[in-house]
Amino acid sequence: MKEKSLRPWLLLSPSLTAVFLLLVVPVCFVVVYSFWLRAPSGQDIPAFQLGNYAKFFADFFYPSIMLSTIRVAIETVFLCLVMGYIPAYFFYKTESKLKPFLMILVMLPFWISFIIRTLSWINILGDSGLINHVLMKMGFIHEPLAMLYNEGAVIMGLLQYLLPFMILNIYVSLDGIDKSLTEAAKSLGCTEWQAFKEITLPLSLPGVSAGCLLVFVLTCGTYLPPMILGGPGNEMIANLIFKRIIGTLDWPFGSAISTILMILLVIIVYTYNRYMGIGQIFKALSTD
Amino acid sequence: MKKIISGWTLIKIYTLLVYVWMFAPIIAVVILAFNPHQFGSFPMEGFSFKWFVKLSHNSSILAAFKNSLILGSLTAIFATAIGVPAAMAFIRYDFKGKDLINTLLIAPIMIPEVVLGVALLLFIRWLQQPKSFMLLLIGHVVLTLPYVLLIVQARLVGIRKEYEEAAMSLGASPFQTFREITFPLLAPAIFAGMLFSFTISFDDVTATLFWATAQNQTVPVKIFGMLRNSISPEINALGAVMIVLTVSTPLLAGFISRRFAKGKGK
Repeated sequence: MKEKSLRPWLLLSPSLTAVFLLLVVPVCFVVVYSFWLRAPSGQDIPAFQLGNYAKFFADFFYPSIMLSTIRVAIETVFLCLVMGYIPAYFFYKTESKLKPFLMILVMLPFWISFIIRTLSWINILGDSGLINHVLMKMGFIHEPLAMLYNEGAVIMGLLQYLLPFMILNIYVSLDGIDKSLTEAAKSLGCTEWQAFKEITLPLSLPGVSAGCLLVFVLTCGTYLPPMILGGPGNEMIANLIFKRIIGTLDWPFGSAISTILMILLVIIVYTYNRYMGIGQIFKALSTD
Repeated sequence: MKKIISGWTLIKIYTLLVYVWMFAPIIAVVILAFNPHQFGSFPMEGFSFKWFVKLSHNSSILAAFKNSLILGSLTAIFATAIGVPAAMAFIRYDFKGKDLINTLLIAPIMIPEVVLGVALLLFIRWLQQPKSFMLLLIGHVVLTLPYVLLIVQARLVGIRKEYEEAAMSLGASPFQTFREITFPLLAPAIFAGMLFSFTISFDDVTATLFWATAQNQTVPVKIFGMLRNSISPEINALGAVMIVLTVSTPLLAGFISRRFAKGKGK
C-alpha cells in the first residue's frame, strides 16, 4: 500500500525538481537580491536595506512608468475585448463547414515568432509602409503620416500578440452554454438581441474575465513592443528591468523593479482568484 | 420596415475585418521578402529571391538557425520526458496537495518572462557559472513545461482508466501497462506537446535575450540584433523563412496524423 502512495510523487519528482530549482529558488533569489547594495566595483554586497525601493519611489520618474504600464495594459485589455468578443461569438454561432479552419487560423499566430509579429507592423505603419504608400498613391496625403514610435503603435503590437488569447477564452466560455436556453427564451417571445443580452452575455462573463486577466498580466510583462514599435516616451516597466540588468548591470535595482512588478501582478491575480477562480484560464489554454 | 443588413451579416463582416487586421502585417512580411528593392518597403519593384540567396550565404545566421534547431529539439525532448510522468500523476492518482502542485507547475505561464529571464540569470551568476547553451536549454524547458502538461493532461482525461486496470489485472506491471496501453493512446498528445514546446523554444525572444550570448544566438535573438539598424529586406526574408517553417510544422503534423488515422480506419 505504501508503495502505491509513493508512486505519484515518483512521477512528479523530475518536474517538481526542475520547477523548484529553476523557478522557485531563482525567483526567491530576485527578492533577496533586491535588498542588496550595489558597490561601485561591480561586486554586489549582501545587505538588508530598502535603498533600491527608495530609489524607485524617490521621484516621479519610475512610478510614472509603472502607471503608464498599467494604463497601456488597461487600454490593451479594452481593445482586445472589443475586437475579440464578436469573432468569438461568430465561432459559437456559425454552422459553417469552414469553422475548424477558421479556428486554426485564429491560433496560427501562436506559432509565429513574437518578434516577427511585432516587427511586421513596421511594414504597415512605417513612413514607407503599406498605409502611407496607399494614401500617398491615392493622393490623400503628400507627406507620410507618422504612425510609428508612439503608444498607438505599441498597442497595435500588443493586440496582435494578445488577441488570440482573448478570443479563445471567450469562445471556450460561450461554447459551454446550452443552446436550448436561448431557444427557450426566444420561444417565450424574446428577440435575438434580448436573448443575447439576458442569457448569452452573462453566461460568457467567466471567459471574458479570464481573457482580460491573461491579457493584462501578459501586457505588464512585455518589453518587445515598446522597444521595437515605441518611442522614447513609451517605455514600460519590463523595459526598465531589461535596461538595468542588461544595460547598466545594476542587479540589485533591477531585482527591486522585478519584485515590484511581481507584487503588482500577484495582487491582481490574487484578487481575481478570490472572486472568479483561476481554473477558467487553464481551461482555455488546454484547448488545442 | 425592412432591414437592409442583418445583425448576423454585420458580425460576419466584423470577424472578417479582424482576420484582415490580424494577418495583413504577416502577409506583408512574406510579400516584401520578395521585393528586390533595397529598403524592404512598398512599392514592390519586381519579384526576386535575391534576399533569400543573400541569407543563405550569411554564416552567422546559419549558425543561429542550427543553434535554434538543436535547442528546440532538445527542449521538446526534455520537456515531454519530465512533463508526461507529471501529467500521469495528476490524472491517475489522488494525493495531498494536488491542486497546489498543479498550480505550481503551471505557474511559469503566469510569471512574466522578463522576471523568469532575470531570475535564472541572477541565479546562474550567483553560482558563478558563465552563460552557456545549458542555461538556454534549462530555461526553455521551464518555459515550455506548462504547455506540455496542459496538452497531455487534457488528452489523458479522455483515456479511460479501465483499459489500464484491465491490463494490470491480467498481470502486466505498471511499466508494461504504460508501454503497451497508455503510451500508444497518448502518443498524439505527446507528439503535440513536443511540437508545441519546439515551436515555443524556436520562437522565444523575451527571456532568451537575457540568456543568449554572442556564441549562443538563436534566430529571434539574431533578428533582434539586426533590427537595431531599422528594418531591412533581409529581416523580411528571414521572417518569411521562420513563418513558413513554424506554421507548416503543425499543419503538416496534423495532416500526417489524419492520414494515419484514415489508413487505420480502412
